[in-house]
Amino acid sequence: MTAAAGKTFLRTAPAERLPPPVMRSGVIGWLRENLFSSPFNIALTVICGAFLIWVVPPLLRFFLFDAVWSGNNGEVCRASADQPHPGACWAYIRDWFSFFVYGFYPQGQRWRVDFFFIALAFGILWLARLSAPRRDLGAVYFFIVLPILSYVLLSGVPIVGLISVPTTLWGGILVTIVVATVGIVVSLPLGILLAFGRRSERPVIKMFSIAFIEFVRGVPLITVLFMASVMLPLFVPERFAPEKLLRALIGVAMFASAYMAEVVRGGLASVPRGQYEAAQALGLTFWRMMILVILPQALRVTLPNIVNTFIALFKDTSLVFIVGIFDFMRTIEAARVDPNWATPNTSVTGYAFAAMFYFVCCYGMSRYARNVEARLARAHRR
Amino acid sequence: MAEIVRPLAEFGGRRRHAWRLGSVALQIALVVIVVGLLYAAAVNAARNLAAAHIASGFRFWDNIAGFDISQTLIPYSPSTSTFGDAFWVGLLNTVLVASLGIVFATILGFTIGIGRLSRNWLVSHLAGGYVETIRNIPLLLQLLFWYNAVLKTLPELRGSMALPGGGFFNNRGLFLPRPQFAHNFRYVLIALLVGIVVSILLNIWARRRLDLTGRRFQIRWIAAGLIVLVPYLVFLAAGSPLSFSFPVMGRFNVQGGVEILPELAALLLALSIYTAAFIAEVVRAGLLAVPQGQVEAAQALGLMPGTTLRRIVIPQATRVIVPPLTSQYLNLIKNSSLAVAIGYPDLVQVFTGSVLFITGQAVEIVAITMAVYLIISLFTSLLMNWYAHAARIAER
Repeated sequence: MTAAAGKTFLRTAPAERLPPPVMRSGVIGWLRENLFSSPFNIALTVICGAFLIWVVPPLLRFFLFDAVWSGNNGEVCRASADQPHPGACWAYIRDWFSFFVYGFYPQGQRWRVDFFFIALAFGILWLARLSAPRRDLGAVYFFIVLPILSYVLLSGVPIVGLISVPTTLWGGILVTIVVATVGIVVSLPLGILLAFGRRSERPVIKMFSIAFIEFVRGVPLITVLFMASVMLPLFVPERFAPEKLLRALIGVAMFASAYMAEVVRGGLASVPRGQYEAAQALGLTFWRMMILVILPQALRVTLPNIVNTFIALFKDTSLVFIVGIFDFMRTIEAARVDPNWATPNTSVTGYAFAAMFYFVCCYGMSRYARNVEARLARAHRR
Repeated sequence: MAEIVRPLAEFGGRRRHAWRLGSVALQIALVVIVVGLLYAAAVNAARNLAAAHIASGFRFWDNIAGFDISQTLIPYSPSTSTFGDAFWVGLLNTVLVASLGIVFATILGFTIGIGRLSRNWLVSHLAGGYVETIRNIPLLLQLLFWYNAVLKTLPELRGSMALPGGGFFNNRGLFLPRPQFAHNFRYVLIALLVGIVVSILLNIWARRRLDLTGRRFQIRWIAAGLIVLVPYLVFLAAGSPLSFSFPVMGRFNVQGGVEILPELAALLLALSIYTAAFIAEVVRAGLLAVPQGQVEAAQALGLMPGTTLRRIVIPQATRVIVPPLTSQYLNLIKNSSLAVAIGYPDLVQVFTGSVLFITGQAVEIVAITMAVYLIISLFTSLLMNWYAHAARIAER
């Protein structure tokens, strides 16, 4: 035993650290793990790689390298001797850009639209940043001040020196944004009321709320828009018949409210029962309880869903095009057939531009929703 | 106004409270307001319609339609068919595009949803890129893109592109051979039916034997033989009773074969591709909802990977997937109404388009159109409630 103890070997200095195995770590390890781990995986990688090589270079060539960036008419975008395969015709977008943004809004008055965009962006930033100060004031600004301000700005009030611009002249991104904004500004409060109604114990209120929500959710938006645009004028005395844009706005707002109601209902259901009971124990009335205790929690939890509903609404605004509103999609369709820019690539370029606009807006919003969700999840874990 | 929770409710005060005098007055007031608004709307509508000399009621249903429809699945002619026939033509076209769209969207959506969970980096990121791109672009824009920028720019009739198997396509549509079944073909169908029934019975017997004795009986190859081989032999024995009528290109149009309008093709492409992105998300969420422990437990019990998938993962994922999947199907059906933007003769295009334009009876026509979609939606939610009830996990 002593002999064995005498032979004990103890290392006095730490061993040299070996490099990680080449095949398991670093770039090669990552590749093996993620792309070439089995024959099936290798086959998938090869197929996908071939697909990418087949698709990506032509797309890049079409939209970037061979694209035409400047010019005054369709001549520059047609195939010629030094450009046998011209790509996307971005020059056409540049030429029509102000039409896509403002529609037929009078040239000298377009600063009003710009101002509206800025005021709207300010309101959105105020509400969307969870750390912004006084977000209650932000809500007042967004839901009360902004609508009035926008109406004064866009439609014009001659007394204050803003000449009136009829809505028939509005167009493009302006109309798309107006429709989406009105949709959210109206649908959120209305949706909250409908959600309350659906959870109410009073049978009549409950029945009306359910009937409205299920009816609207059961039919396509187009039929709601048709209803708003062809039936609504019949239901009011002729001299009160609302103008075209207003009718579409009513249709969109109705539609969005029903969907928003369901989202809010989900939020209300997530607030623990104890919160209601505590609020009532403090002697709060129904509305004070809702506004001070329940809604702040419910809306916070359901904010990602509200944003997702808004994304859907934003995409759906393109449908007003079908009932003859001059929204962004409509300006694309109108400019697409401009004989001055009649080239084989004009349509594709127009649609690509529209797709980029919608994608940037919707993707940005969905990233925001995901951030909020992650933040809420962190807060819950604590 | 509305009461959410009342502590009193716990102690039997709920009913009394809900019927308190003020509450009743409020509800009556609401009914009066709604009825009043409806009445005013009806009076105004009657006056406005009378002023515009537009008839009311549903008598137009039996009048001669007088307009043509580009795709009719049932016999229809402008000079003899009624608005009622036009309704059925439109409805059938909606059903056609919706059911084909559901099939394609499901196949594509499941592929991409499973691909997104793949351990292969390239596959999962390609699938993710697809979902993010497609979900964030409006369906209408995609539809117009496929129709105006892709299908309408295909070569004209003369430059038609041929497909393997005798079909071809151009900017007027896709032309495919039409299968023609001879009289004897029914024997093949009977053989197929018998094969399926026998296979099902065999499967039941095999499963019972497995439960009783633990002995496996591989019915896979026998079933394949019964369903594929036997009908094929019958097909040969009956003298190959199937032929194709190929489309023939004429000078100005195409004769024979099956014609698929570019409108239908564009609508199918747009609806399938768009809905598939949403279905992919549903599938992904459903598969992720199965706890990892379930798979580990199955492996610990010694189940094979395939069995784990079939017996453990898929049944649990299905329960999560089916309800949102159904609502995606409903969305697809409702979205098929975008047909009106490119002139595919679906219910909305035929009815709120042509029929409304001719008769001017906005109220009746919009009401009928909405009612159809509403019935489909309500029926589906009934089915869904029934499914949720049947598929819920039985708890002790």
